[in-house]
Amino acid sequence: MFNYFANPRRFMKLATVLSPWLAGATIVLAAAGLYLGLFASPADYQQGETVRIMYVHVPAAWMALFCYMGLAISAAVGLIWKHPVADVAARATAPIGACFTFLALLTGSLWGKPMWGAWWVWDARLTSVLVLFFLYLGYMALNSAFDDPQRGSKASAILAMVGLVNVPIIKFSVDWWNTLHQPASIVRMDGPTIHPDMLWPLFLMIGAFTTYYLWVLMLRMRRELTETRLRARRQIQAEEAGA
Amino acid sequence: MTKISEFLDMGGYAGFIWPSYGAVIAVLAVLLWLSLRGLKAAERELAQLEGDAPRARRARPTDDGAARP
Repeated sequence: MFNYFANPRRFMKLATVLSPWLAGATIVLAAAGLYLGLFASPADYQQGETVRIMYVHVPAAWMALFCYMGLAISAAVGLIWKHPVADVAARATAPIGACFTFLALLTGSLWGKPMWGAWWVWDARLTSVLVLFFLYLGYMALNSAFDDPQRGSKASAILAMVGLVNVPIIKFSVDWWNTLHQPASIVRMDGPTIHPDMLWPLFLMIGAFTTYYLWVLMLRMRRELTETRLRARRQIQAEEAGA
Repeated sequence: MTKISEFLDMGGYAGFIWPSYGAVIAVLAVLLWLSLRGLKAAERELAQLEGDAPRARRARPTDDGAARP
């Protein structure tokens, strides 16, 4: 499969077929998740209604990490094997991941104010996620900083791989340091500690965010691959005009 | 009516909960819109270029062949 989709045309075909299915899945999952999250789930016994922020905050934060791992792995594959589609995938993922990270920070802030009494604290979890946000911005800036796009993707791929050390720091920051942020309650050795009534809307929203990511990823990759063909076309035309 | 306003009030946390959901929907909608718009623009341009391209492509071999003086 890895080699199969090294052909951009083949990948384009798949992406074009997948896009509407991913769009449909996103709408259905988000509708179900929003209904359960806003109407059909109970308020928390400690946090009251603010617990509903969890249904957008946690998926955004998960996707921030998921997208970064996807970005770094695709960038590495593009760098090592010169896989042309992997490189496009990395570039297309960056702005989506940056949006998710921004939303995780923003909704976290809106949840922190009523529960902790502060919009922001410089603790390990919040700071490491802020670093993740800057990694995304740095990747995008470096990627487009060179006249030669090949050099841009090489340099930014290295940045993305180095930035990968931040991922376990974010994940375990709540265990390694004293923090206001609550520890993990879903991915635990002893199973989730959330009641199913809250777990369901959360899973549905995580599903919706994932299909949204894949949907927008397909759109952005199709755009990049179309632009590559455009450039090749223009070059042919320019050569013919010059000949 | 009171049920709706009670729901919108979110136990007094309306000022935190609704902006969270609003920001998520707004940011994701704008990103989707920009991505779709960019794809459509690129596809339109390629279709335009490829509209006159087949001529250019077919003309090429003859250019390289006997037609050239």
